[in-house]
Amino acid sequence: MTERFEGADVTCRRGNRLVFAGLDFALPPGGALVLTGANGTGKTSLLRLMAGLLPPWRGRLGWSGGTIADDLDHHHRRVRLIGHLDAVKPGLTALETLCAWGHLVDRAGAANRSGAGADADTESGVMTQAESALAWFGLEPLAEVPGRYLSAGQKRRLALARLLMGAAPLWLLDEPSNALDRAALGRLEAAIARHRGSGGLVVLSTHADWRPPDALTLDLNRFQVAGAGGWAADWSVGAGTGAGADADAGKGPRP
Amino acid sequence: MRLAMRQWMHLVGRDVGLAIRQGSDATMAVFFFVLAAMLFPFGVGPEPNILARIAPGILWVSALLATLLSLDRLFQADHDDGSLEQLWLAGLPLEAVALAKTTAHWLITGLPLMVAAPLVAIGLNLGSEGFGVLVLSLLLGTPALSLIGSVGAALTVGARRGGVLIALLVLPLEVPVLIFATGAMDQALAGLAARSHLMLLGAILAAALPLAPLAAAAALRQALE
Repeated sequence: MTERFEGADVTCRRGNRLVFAGLDFALPPGGALVLTGANGTGKTSLLRLMAGLLPPWRGRLGWSGGTIADDLDHHHRRVRLIGHLDAVKPGLTALETLCAWGHLVDRAGAANRSGAGADADTESGVMTQAESALAWFGLEPLAEVPGRYLSAGQKRRLALARLLMGAAPLWLLDEPSNALDRAALGRLEAAIARHRGSGGLVVLSTHADWRPPDALTLDLNRFQVAGAGGWAADWSVGAGTGAGADADAGKGPRP
Repeated sequence: MRLAMRQWMHLVGRDVGLAIRQGSDATMAVFFFVLAAMLFPFGVGPEPNILARIAPGILWVSALLATLLSLDRLFQADHDDGSLEQLWLAGLPLEAVALAKTTAHWLITGLPLMVAAPLVAIGLNLGSEGFGVLVLSLLLGTPALSLIGSVGAALTVGARRGGVLIALLVLPLEVPVLIFATGAMDQALAGLAARSHLMLLGAILAAALPLAPLAAAAALRQALE
């Protein structure tokens, strides 16, 4: 995989509020980007923009030369988004949750990328992959346990195990360390390292101190629009260098 | 293309499986239908001729309300736990996701109604000429009800007390289905051909099949933003 992911002048507007403006980033193959910033600075919004769930109000998100807005459904297949919600059904066991997901994701594309044969698409292929994904996050004792009996951390691990189903080049993780214990965090770090080793890209938001090795950092505090909640008269604020825009300066009360 | 079709079938299977696993979802609609239809003999009295006269209306109004029951959970449950955006990110167009979930809704509500309706019709003293048309009208009408309902369900995703809102949005749009379905049965009971009414029912279904998923997907896109 030699994909690049970049954004130029990305501006996000939710309702009447400009969440952030003039944001630029570029991720080389195997790169990792850590989003930091105070609550409400738009980390989740940026991840949803990157996933193509939300169109940018201005600016452009590009993938290996193309623009993701040109073919959103195709971009969705490139993305694994693990958000705040774990998408674990109370009635499905952990193994069933992963198998259902494995059948849904575009496995033909995954097989082409990994060079595996078409037989990876069979029932047993999905099952094997789901079992190894469960084992990676230490969930194999819980494979037959329905989602309603899982703890918050276990649900989180099950949501993260979805990353290992199929092969998507871009992982978007919204505060993945929430509710994880130290061992699970280690497994997540290992998964991220393996993913980056094969040329995959990772974007994650975090409040905690941990981050992948030699990751780029994007501080969303720097891209806040002065007088938040209104229209920015001066766009150059968005390109600020961060010298005076750190902490909560320039961010008025939220509407 | 074949892969997309298989993904779509898996999505339908997942939804049907989930509904059967939960039990109450799958049986609620058909029990409601039987109970609601059986209330009428208590209300209007057990006079067989009166019951036979109003049986088409009773059956169809009960069926319409029964399909409405589980609509509020159609997209809401998946939206609340984050599954809906994951389904979209799986690479299927949102229109296909909406159609798959609507198909599953019909399989777990509409299809059992078709099985239960003739039994209820016996209890309502429906004329023997009406049974075939009853099942046919349900076959054409209940998928249309699920499709029209899916638009209402998608529009109210994220709304508080969405269930009441769905009924207000969807019931006026479902009136044509009710008119032509009961019209077909009345024709058959009067010994006339029900063909034209059934064809109009089919036309409603043919129009709703492509249009409802488009509208539902547009509404879901708004909800997911």
